[in-house]
Amino acid sequence: MSEETIQKELENKFSGLKGKITIKRKRRIYVDVTDDIFHNVFAFIVKDLKFPILCTITGLDEGETFGAVYHLASEDGIVLNLKNHVPRANPVFRTISEYFPGGIIYERELVDMFGAKVEGLPPGPRYPLPDGWPDGQFPLRKDWKADMLDKKPEDVKNE
Amino acid sequence: MSNVKIPIGPQHPALKEPASFTITLNGERILSMDLRLGYNHRGIEKACEERSYIQCMYLLERVCGICSHSHSTAFIQAVEELAGLEVPKRGLYIRTLVAELERIHSHLLWLGVAGHEVGFDTLLMYSWRDREVVMDLLAALTGNRVNYGMNTVGGVRRDISPDQIKDIQKGLDILEERTKYYVEVATEETTLIERLSGVGYLSPEDARNLGAVGPTGRGSQVDRDVRRDDPYASYGDVSFKVITDDHNDVYGRTLVRVKELFETYGIIRQLLKNMPDGPIAVKAPRRIPAGEALSRYEAPRGEDVHFVKSNGTDKPERVKVRAPTMANLQAVAKMLENNRLADVPIIVAAIDPCFSCTDRSIQIKDPSGGNTGVMSWSQIREYGINWYKKHGIDFKSKGL
Repeated sequence: MSEETIQKELENKFSGLKGKITIKRKRRIYVDVTDDIFHNVFAFIVKDLKFPILCTITGLDEGETFGAVYHLASEDGIVLNLKNHVPRANPVFRTISEYFPGGIIYERELVDMFGAKVEGLPPGPRYPLPDGWPDGQFPLRKDWKADMLDKKPEDVKNE
Repeated sequence: MSNVKIPIGPQHPALKEPASFTITLNGERILSMDLRLGYNHRGIEKACEERSYIQCMYLLERVCGICSHSHSTAFIQAVEELAGLEVPKRGLYIRTLVAELERIHSHLLWLGVAGHEVGFDTLLMYSWRDREVVMDLLAALTGNRVNYGMNTVGGVRRDISPDQIKDIQKGLDILEERTKYYVEVATEETTLIERLSGVGYLSPEDARNLGAVGPTGRGSQVDRDVRRDDPYASYGDVSFKVITDDHNDVYGRTLVRVKELFETYGIIRQLLKNMPDGPIAVKAPRRIPAGEALSRYEAPRGEDVHFVKSNGTDKPERVKVRAPTMANLQAVAKMLENNRLADVPIIVAAIDPCFSCTDRSIQIKDPSGGNTGVMSWSQIREYGINWYKKHGIDFKSKGL
């Protein structure tokens, strides 16, 4: 399936995706999606468009929102980067582990590094921060600086 | 008999790097495994956000000591895509050449570790001796045995001379001969076959579901290789086979790696034969236009993924790294099920988790001929202290 066919299939299925799909180069498609339709789009890409590989999930601090880019690959080398956004005030993603059991570890990174919640994430050890890591400190948030580790949680809150 | 939980790690003699495996046993048989990772997390992604692109490249090269070129190439490819740079063909060929030499050293290193884990230390001694051939070639080409510093934004930093091409060809002849012997060992040596067969079974379905990559996946019939499926650098110009195996166990993973070496020798010979003339790099801007790029790279252990988001400044907005071991560790729990406790080291080693291997003594040669000797680390330290003292710096007087 060509990049253009994938774009058409997605636009036909989800009218809201018109103008949200970019083919940046051969084998690289970028799709920007809203949280309300994310799960349906994700399932359609994996099952119907046949993208059986989850390369990884990248978390992004976008200011008012947090982003998560799901890098999905097909057997013929096309990578579809599906970007979802959730509000910073209530950062809740839904798990995709029913499609990719190996994706749990990437979702745990979103939890530890950005302070996001992932609904439906099975219980298990945290990753990658240590057990004694202070509450409320999320290293990949843009406002986090390494010297905050030496401060008490209440001081961080007041800043 | 009731079930017993055995913690292995985070520090354990059978592990070369910290990871914590909690293994539930019934007798000697493994029922399940819980994995705790993160002990080696160094905050490199965050550190990249505060550094220039070129500084990031050197930092990311140090994600792993063994596949350092893999990480720097994966990152630099994304940056070059964002900057719209067209790397000269000769630069890409040299980049690919170092990548394949790195694969040889990594696979030979793994073969030795695997031999050691099953008590076959002769194999360790042989393969690590032979590995020195490729380590010397890498040192001659790049100046370093690890962390080659060969890449730069827009190409590579060092050209390759006709003499070096001849040296590589000679080295390949030796390595190819030795690899034939390893294939013989792997396919005819009964103790090795018996020890590895059926150990760490991973079905093709589980390998796909759990996202196993590289030789770990290919040893379970997962016919995926980024070099063929999503070609980068010069892989579009060379022909090679993707090796898979249907044993689906540690033995299959061994065969894949040994056979892959021949494909690598073939790739290198094609690169050397068709090496184009011309420049090796183009000038790159310090500021990279805003955008996002995803780069994939087939490292010796499997697919390495780097995602870079730029914001128009000289520092990246976000860098994400997914090393192949991260993908493969998800499959380890499955591989361990129903095996015996004593098989844990070889099963874990069979995914080739990243080890560090830089400790060595230094041979000192007097360039005027004459004196040659080996210095221990303490002698080197002493030599360094005295050298600074002669040049007017006394560390003791500074309280160091």
